Formats: sequence, structure tokens, C-alpha cells
Amino acid sequence: MSYELVFEVARGDFDTAGEASRKIKRTLQQLGVSNKVIRKVSIAGYESEMNLAIHSDGGKITLEVGEEELMLTIEDIGPGIANIDLAMTAGWSTAGDEVRQMGFGAGMGLPNMKNNADNFAISSKIGEGTKIIMKFLV
Amino acid sequence: MEKLLHSVYLDEEKCLGCTTCLRSCPTGAIRVRGGKAIINESKCIDCGECIRICPHHAKLAKTDPLSKKDSFKYRVALVAPAIIGQFKPKYSIDQILSAVKALGFDEVVEVAYGAEIVGQALKYEYHAKRYPKPLISSACPAVVKLIQVRFPELTDNICRLKSPMAMTARLIRKRIREEGVYKNSDVGMFFITPCAAKATMINNPAASEYDKYDQIDGAIAIKDIYSDLASQIGSCPLQEGIHNTTPESCTWALTGGESDYLKNKNVLHVDGIQNVINVLEEIECGKLDTIEFFEGLACIGGCVGGCLTVENNYVAKMYIQDRAKKMRQTSIVHMSDDYVKSIYNSGMMHIKERINPRSPEPLDQDLNKAIEKMKQIEILETKLPGLDCGSCGSPGCRALAEDIVAGKAKEIDCVFVLKDRVRDLSVLTNELLQVEHPTEKPLIKKE
Repeated sequence: MSYELVFEVARGDFDTAGEASRKIKRTLQQLGVSNKVIRKVSIAGYESEMNLAIHSDGGKITLEVGEEELMLTIEDIGPGIANIDLAMTAGWSTAGDEVRQMGFGAGMGLPNMKNNADNFAISSKIGEGTKIIMKFLV
Repeated sequence: MEKLLHSVYLDEEKCLGCTTCLRSCPTGAIRVRGGKAIINESKCIDCGECIRICPHHAKLAKTDPLSKKDSFKYRVALVAPAIIGQFKPKYSIDQILSAVKALGFDEVVEVAYGAEIVGQALKYEYHAKRYPKPLISSACPAVVKLIQVRFPELTDNICRLKSPMAMTARLIRKRIREEGVYKNSDVGMFFITPCAAKATMINNPAASEYDKYDQIDGAIAIKDIYSDLASQIGSCPLQEGIHNTTPESCTWALTGGESDYLKNKNVLHVDGIQNVINVLEEIECGKLDTIEFFEGLACIGGCVGGCLTVENNYVAKMYIQDRAKKMRQTSIVHMSDDYVKSIYNSGMMHIKERINPRSPEPLDQDLNKAIEKMKQIEILETKLPGLDCGSCGSPGCRALAEDIVAGKAKEIDCVFVLKDRVRDLSVLTNELLQVEHPTEKPLIKKE
């Protein structure tokens, strides 16, 4: 049996930012997933939410829980990423001043997501959007 | 297994089952069943929120009566740093302590003594490097429990220095042993406490940090002795020079009092249990990676806001700040670096056991069954009104759905579901009334 949870995140939606990762954390606790895995998923989930709110024109986060692995899929509509290798570099960000003043946009989002996931795949099309699939071993 | 005692309990006679406390509980530990509030022991963190909010004063903290000290030959009162905020600064700390002594103690010691040691030792502990950052203060036992229950992944971040209370008890016991007049078991140590969580630490040896050399024998609530103190202060025999508060440890009972010891570090101090939860959530998802030390205190204002204090927490803060200011100008109490270092290096300051997570139980040990239950919960949740009114006795609609799936509640516990059922039933009754049964005489008598 598998389980799925979907969250929509709108651009600039900082009021509810963090809600998806909070809910993901609570759900995984109730499903009996280990604390270590929950921490990794929480961090990756939170970074995903922030990325959607800052860089995309809106998107969704899907959590799938299976017997052997957890999967987070992030899909957005938006500008896409021109140079994925550069975007994956720690400290590199296209975030504007306003976002940086809020304490975001340090350029650690994607690297953090990759570091916490056991398997990380990203694809992007300019002018269309970005899709990230992260897998976590249970 | 660790015994999960707690100090908050219910006075059943006073409890009206009004549900006010349900949503004040940060861990969702309360249910109202059979018209009375029930506290789930494994979830209660002793923060005292329900004690503060209960309009009928039915929530209480289990502390010890003053008379408990009488079974010991040598009685020591360990006075929490919050006490100096309970009295106007026109009374000296020695006067306050003398009033405590007049209650029948042989010796009165300020826990500020231990606070100064712990505060200064923080800088050594910070560099001990075995902690993931941020290092999290262990000063507030309610926050430590909160982390165990709600943020289990952060338990490794919690500072493992003993509390000022335990350190004070240990050093005083050591001195008394060395004097050779009383045996360790003759000495009764009593903490004069501002809060329920400290009382739990003392009364739950299984979960505590102590061994017999820093044993504390009871917790006495500040508010239980306040009237005696207030009536004797200034008039009872004064013992001068017994205070040991420094200008720094003076503010230990205020939020940030501990953080102030870590100079040149990125510290964040937060008070109020909900605020602490919000910040811990940010720490947990990795957002606050520049913070080096986090001090979270469950009560607004810090320990001066404890539910067993008497004076308003903002007023108490003002009194303490006033004292600290004057002390900075005149204080001669100092504690040397070498002294603190020798205590730190002796190893007596460290809690030996790990601070373990107390993660909430999963819906089921079997993942497939847990998923099945999760889906049932979600379906049930859509049938509930989403008002989180608490009339069902659970803290919200989601919690009711979880309780139903756990077999601990029924759908019709929700007054809105019940009302719908009554409406359906009355429609059906009405319909049935219209139907004439072949064997019965016509319902409406003919004129």
C-alpha cells in the first residue's frame, strides 16, 4: 500500500510557507518513519517550499510513502533554470534583494536538497518550469 | 523504560469539563472525557499552559508541602533565581533569603550560585564540539521535554550541563559532607520553585539528572510560601552576606539571562511555549543555520513567568533589572574563572545519560496498517466541520478523527455530526408517521 500527500504552493506565499513541511513531518511521524529520515525530508521539503514561493509562478509538492522509500516530487510552472550546474553550486542564487532581506535566497536551497536526499534528479525547461524528484530510503 | 511522570494534575471537583484547556496544550495532551479533563502522561511536558488558562483553577502542579523538610536533620532551601523578582528592590536579597530561612531552614542558598557556574561553563561546553549546531539550552525542563516529544531529531543539540539547581545542590552537599557533622542522608534539600516542570525533575528520579550527591528532596512552590515570606520580610532576623548573586546571574530568571554568558556568539532567546515551537520548527528544517546558541523558555518573560510565581512577570522583570543595574555598580560578589574551570574539568557538571527522544507513537507499527489508518483519518476529517471547537472533548477536528480511528472516540461525539443525525432521524420519523400500517386504525380520528 502506498500513501500520497499533495501541497500546492503559490508564488510569494510566505504566510503559509513551512506549512507543507510541517504537515509532512507530522504525517511521517504518524506513519512511524525514523526521526533521521524525517529530518532529511523536512529540510528538503522546506527548501522546496521556499524555492516554489521565491522562484516559481506556483507549483506543487507531492509526498509518496512506500515500503522501501519516500519520494518528494516538486513540480512548478515558471522561468526554469538556465544552467542547472550553476544553480546546484552552493551560494549561487538569482533571488532578489527583497527575498534576501527576508533571510532567504542564500543559494543553499538546491545543494541542501541534494545533500539530504538519497537520490536527486532535476530537469528544467526554460520558460516552462522545473521538476525535481528526491528519494529517501526508509 | 523511562518513567514518564509529570506534575500537572487535575482537581476533579473543580473541573467542569469546559474544554478551555484543550487547545492551550502545545502537545495536544488533554482530552475531556466523562465531563472531566484527562492529561496524557506521555505527552505532558509540564509547561503549565493549562494551569494558567483554566478558568476554574482545576489544574494544579504537584509540589511538596513545606512540612516535608521536617523529616531531615539539616534542612537547606535552594532558592530559584526567580524569587528576587517577587519582592520590591527595596528589600535586599539577604532580607528575602532571611525570610525563607525563618520558615525553618538551617541554611538558604541561592541557585544563582549554580547559575553563575553553569553560565560561565557554557563557553567551555560550547567548544566541546560534540553538539550539532545550534547548541540548545537545557535550562527550561519544559522545553527539553517539548524537544523530546515534538522535535526528537534535535535532542542531540541539547546542552548536557546539569542545571544550576543540581549544581548548587551538589556543591552544598559536598561542603556539608566535608564539614563532617551531617551524613549525606541527614541533609534535606528543597528547591523553592517557580514552575511545575522543575518539580517534575525533582520528583521523578528515573528521568532526572541526579545521583545521590546532587539529590534534591522536594520542590516547594513559591506561591505556597509567598504569604509567609511577605509577612516576615524585613521583620524577621536578618542574616547578612548570605546572598551570592552576581550581576550576571541576577538576570538568569529572565529570558536571555543565560545567553548573556555567551558573549560574541550568535544567540537567539525566545520565550512563550508557542513562540519556542515556532522557532524550533525553523531550526528543525535547517533555516536558522547561523544561530550558534538557542535559549528557549516555556514561560513568557522566562522563569519569572512560571505558573507558581505570584508577582506579574513584567513587574518581576522590572524588579530584577533594577537589582542587576544596582549590582553592577556595587557588587563585590565574583566567581573566578579558575574556580569554574576546575569544576567543569572535574566532570561533575555533565549529565551522564543521553537525552532521548520521546517520539509520539505511530498510528500502527506496521506501515501498511498505519497508511490505512491515515487514510481513514483523512476521510473522517472531511466529514467534520473543521471548526476545532473542542466540544467533542478532543482539541480539534483532526485530533477527533485520530481519536476515532484509535478507537477512543465516536463520530457522534462531534455535536455537528450528531445534529445532522438527529435531523436525518426526524425526517425519517416524519416520513414513517405519514405511513398508515394495514393493521392499525387510522391515525387521525374522524370527527
